[in-house]
Amino acid sequence: MIDWVALSVFIFFFLLVTVLGFVAARWRRGDLNKLEEWGLAGRRFGTIITWFLLGGDLYTAYTFVAVPGLVYAVGAQGFYAVPYTILVYPLIFILMPKFWSVCKKYGYVTPSDFVEGRYGSKSLAFVVALTGILATMPYIALQMFGIAVSVAQMGINPEVALIVAFVILAAYTYFSGLRAPALIALVKDTMIFIVLFAVIIAIPISLGGFGKIFAAAKAKGVASAATAAATHTVPVFHFTLSSAQFLPYTTLALGSALALFLYPHSLTGTLSSSGRNVVKRNAALLPIYSMMLGLLALLGYMAIAAHVTPLKAYGSNGIVPALIAKEFPSWFAGFAFAAISIGALVPASIMSIAAANLFTRNIYKPYIRPNYSAREETTVARITSLVVKLGALLFILLIPATFIINFQLLGGIIIIQTLPAVFLGLFTRWLNRWALVIGWAVGIISGVYMFVAANYSSVYTFAIGGHKYGIYSALSSVVLNLVLAVILTPIFVAVGLRSGKDQTHAVDYTEDMVETKEAIPEALG
Amino acid sequence: MVTESRRRGASWLLILLILPFIALLWPPFYNFTQPSFIGIPFFYWFQLLWIIITAIITSILYFAGA
Repeated sequence: MIDWVALSVFIFFFLLVTVLGFVAARWRRGDLNKLEEWGLAGRRFGTIITWFLLGGDLYTAYTFVAVPGLVYAVGAQGFYAVPYTILVYPLIFILMPKFWSVCKKYGYVTPSDFVEGRYGSKSLAFVVALTGILATMPYIALQMFGIAVSVAQMGINPEVALIVAFVILAAYTYFSGLRAPALIALVKDTMIFIVLFAVIIAIPISLGGFGKIFAAAKAKGVASAATAAATHTVPVFHFTLSSAQFLPYTTLALGSALALFLYPHSLTGTLSSSGRNVVKRNAALLPIYSMMLGLLALLGYMAIAAHVTPLKAYGSNGIVPALIAKEFPSWFAGFAFAAISIGALVPASIMSIAAANLFTRNIYKPYIRPNYSAREETTVARITSLVVKLGALLFILLIPATFIINFQLLGGIIIIQTLPAVFLGLFTRWLNRWALVIGWAVGIISGVYMFVAANYSSVYTFAIGGHKYGIYSALSSVVLNLVLAVILTPIFVAVGLRSGKDQTHAVDYTEDMVETKEAIPEALG
Repeated sequence: MVTESRRRGASWLLILLILPFIALLWPPFYNFTQPSFIGIPFFYWFQLLWIIITAIITSILYFAGA
């Protein structure tokens, strides 16, 4: 049963952003046959556009669907997304200006470029690139999932919608590069904030206030505890954290915060900005999105209070579309579903560009065709981004969502292994490149092992001295990685394993050589 | 075109960035329902509040030129 009103509104906004995606090629003109223009928009985005771009990049459709879904399913534990997205910002403030400066100076496009320049190690650069690509791919697939969930709520066959969305997305990304998601992000984030305001004001009013909403959640907690007591199992849902959940909660928050800006799409968004100060300002301004996310998380509880039942196919991930469909008139539901779906297109586009940049610069160039022209570089990147999206589409059409979700969880565990090379590399090159490679390998192996051993869950429980310690596997494995790298470095140096050549200098990580004052008003066009 | 200069002495302010970590990484500190705010239990509004506080900290650091 198709909701035609919702669908019409949905299609209208989808067409709007499609047009924008193609028009974007002319926005802030540059030669799109150069990778720096196609893949990084010429590093020219000022504060406001970067805010929209990074916001759209980091707060994805999957985020909007999965976070409330998790809160609906397990309660307080799902709220870890809030401290996670808070702790990201001090990290960005300290790390990203340095990263921006050194990449600008040497024309680095990817974190792998940086690692190669810093450590003079092709092997290390290769593993960083490989990790980046592998971690990004399931994430793109999950954005498609976000579209599927909202579209299904309108009664449309999600597979058809996904194929259409993919074709449109692939076309304008190929054509316009990073400018496309940047321009679309302006629309998308505006729509999301409108939806948020409506949701956070209208639904509590209709449900009788936050008190009632939390009371319903609390009741669910009580019921869950009762069921667990009767069946001698652990409760599924907690209204506040149980003591066993403290360590998982904190390690999930910290580990996720550390990993977020190691993802290629986060770094691509950062590098497309026009200066260190743009990055710093955004460290102060992007938390507005965190507030949005925190309030959206409460949708999970609103769904409980409103007695919403999601579509069977999607389980708790279907809770947000179901809640919107229940509480709002069709036309607004269409608008909200469009916001979520467009909210998938922006990160999917940026992620595919980021993965393409990595493949082109750090795998194709060194290992396949070292002497390509600038034009060929961009063509390879364009085609790669197409292939990557096609792969994601096939994944979501052919493989059960649970597998893809697991891959994405694994992605977080592997991408954090690039932390010693990329983040610490911004401060010092003391760590030996081979020690870093070995640390990376051990981190990956231990992380994957723990993930599988915990029955495909991100938290692995260590039993030590009669007590249980549940720790996010990304965090424990990266600690192991780092410790190993630190121990091996002096050994390798003593043995005579040479350090590679460092292309950079200390001053490259500090203030811009020349900081242009941003023109006021900052032109949007 | 002007070179932004780092204000001397502002770098110590960077230590402020540790505050969100201290506040948030020990859940036993805030795993309570009371006191509540407009019906929202403490556990939830405390964390939402730290979004605002962290943004204020980074803004201070930005304007201080750290």
